[in-house]
Amino acid sequence: MPSSHIDHIHGRVVVLRGDDMDTDRIIPARFLRAVTFAGLEAHVFEDDRRALAARGERHPFDDPARRGARVLFAGANFGCGSSREHAPQALARWGIAAIVAASFAEIFQGNALMIGLPCVSVAPADLARLMSRADADASLEGLVDLATSRVACGGVVAAAEMPDAARVALTTGAWDSTGALLEASDAIARTTARLPYLNGF
Amino acid sequence: MSRTLFEKVWDLHAVRRLPNGQTQLYVGLHLVHEVTSPQAFEALHQRGWPVRAPGRTFATLDHIMPTRLEPRPFGDAMAETMATTLERNCREHGITLFDRASGAQGIVHVIGPELGLTQPGMTIACGDSHTSTHGAFGALAFGIGTSQVRDVLASQTLAMSPLKVRRIEVTGTLARGVYAKDLILAVIGRLGVHGGVGYAYEYAGDTIARLSMDERMTICNMSIEGGARMGYVNPDATTFDYLRGRRFAPGSAPGDAIDAAAFERACRWWRDVASDPEAPYDDEVRIAADAIAPMVTWGINPGQSVAVDDRLPRPAAAPDAGGVAEALEFMGFDAGQAIAGTPIDVAFIGSCTNARVSDLREAARIVAGHRVAGRVRALVVPGSQAVAAAAAREGLDDVFRTAGFDWREAGCSMCLAMNQDRLEGREVCASTSNRNFKGRQGSPTGRTLLMSPAMVAAAAIAGEIVDVRTWPTTP
Repeated sequence: MPSSHIDHIHGRVVVLRGDDMDTDRIIPARFLRAVTFAGLEAHVFEDDRRALAARGERHPFDDPARRGARVLFAGANFGCGSSREHAPQALARWGIAAIVAASFAEIFQGNALMIGLPCVSVAPADLARLMSRADADASLEGLVDLATSRVACGGVVAAAEMPDAARVALTTGAWDSTGALLEASDAIARTTARLPYLNGF
Repeated sequence: MSRTLFEKVWDLHAVRRLPNGQTQLYVGLHLVHEVTSPQAFEALHQRGWPVRAPGRTFATLDHIMPTRLEPRPFGDAMAETMATTLERNCREHGITLFDRASGAQGIVHVIGPELGLTQPGMTIACGDSHTSTHGAFGALAFGIGTSQVRDVLASQTLAMSPLKVRRIEVTGTLARGVYAKDLILAVIGRLGVHGGVGYAYEYAGDTIARLSMDERMTICNMSIEGGARMGYVNPDATTFDYLRGRRFAPGSAPGDAIDAAAFERACRWWRDVASDPEAPYDDEVRIAADAIAPMVTWGINPGQSVAVDDRLPRPAAAPDAGGVAEALEFMGFDAGQAIAGTPIDVAFIGSCTNARVSDLREAARIVAGHRVAGRVRALVVPGSQAVAAAAAREGLDDVFRTAGFDWREAGCSMCLAMNQDRLEGREVCASTSNRNFKGRQGSPTGRTLLMSPAMVAAAAIAGEIVDVRTWPTTP
């Protein structure tokens, strides 16, 4: 799991083409039958991987040349569907330290932030160029730079977008949020006191 | 200043602005279940943090519950582990757990409203994306992940950014045989599965105003399938009538008459929580209810749907050609084919979308006097013990059993197949649930067609997808 201040990630890249990659595919529900997150990395994209293998094809996450990749390039609406945090957990435990996509589902992006996994969006044309470079050469490194809001790979450089609040949280280490929330104990109590439904209307 | 319900409830619950610009938002009601809580409680234990507001935290067992009655320990060892873990966590922290012994167990988004826990003007969080369901009461209700569950347990707050608000005005009358499920599928089909990202959906207009609470819940439930984390309906007399006398509603006390004055005080505040007439919206969309037909999803996301009398798209003519092609191939359908007449193997009536008494009543009306087709295995999973009991009082369980349905105990069941209820192989399931993603119902190659309870009931009898508008029923 990442250390506190996260402002740039670099590493080899794995490319997942296709939009609307939902969290049931990222981590099927049968792997949520657990009381810890341990071992999820073994089951990331499990059904998609098996389906391709059965056809004699290979899922990018099964490509030996992509083992150890730290940056994931993906399509639009990545992580849609269920709110299962198991999805970003499985990806992070597999080794992904940053995701670059055309767009993200909101709950997924928030869950990823909570575990220090940055999600940045790039324009579709830029994504196509980045994917093309990364697909062509598994040894290329990708760089996700939160400080300058850029993604680079194999000579392609693209502007990257992330909600300001997420960028600040990651770069200042505030993404590990519970302690900060607990500091406002008095303010929480004042809020509780002014809610009509907690105080007999 | 005119404000939407979203702004009013958000402002009321905003504890402070966080250094990164997000809001620290108080959670008025925290609902908990066994899948997304164990790691959150463990994180609390490791840091020595107590649960801040156990009185505002309510739990149940739903996702892994066997839907056949069996004594403890469950034969499913992991289900037993997850159940005992939640039971222990609730006991240690003084959290009310609605287990089977309580008589109030069920799918978390069914029991919250039933018990009167879900109320207008609240913020409501739960580690499940269909928490949007509770927005039907005029609450800001949203799904959260396990780390956020940890934050809410520890602080009764979490860090969030506000959403924009899209007003979806629905006018006109839903035709006979057309239901709330069809309406929300039509909305998602039109706005897309990520059209709502960054938005809360406010459902308004005369059609919505005439809907029951169950119907409003069906609509708000599937907001997340359209990308909208929250969906809500402004509270009104229908809302108040539903809540009056429920166990945790204002003015209710066990065994006593309702304190009418206390309930009326609540209603006055609830009325004020509704969006102001001149409130500004970030976007507005109009939907004509009269034009909506019974809908059926044919693909691998909830936006890939057609009217039952319509034909599947052709990739060449579709904006998302690649997605359509992939979906057609996985589902084994041909471009341009009709959806009516598609044979089904399994019929599932259940889930937080459509397993309330009114759903079962409507399905029973279709089923009465008929038999499930020989090729079909059909099951009804009531949304809660209370739904099952109410259905039994009306004799609905007998109607389903006589027709050849399996009548089960409450739980999430085959919506996501975390228990023993699942598709096998390439089975096609007509389902009242909310997601048709690849592998969703427990078989990697299984296929899900989403539709209304009446449509599932008709398909179970016919053995294939049929247009329920033409179904002969006694009034």
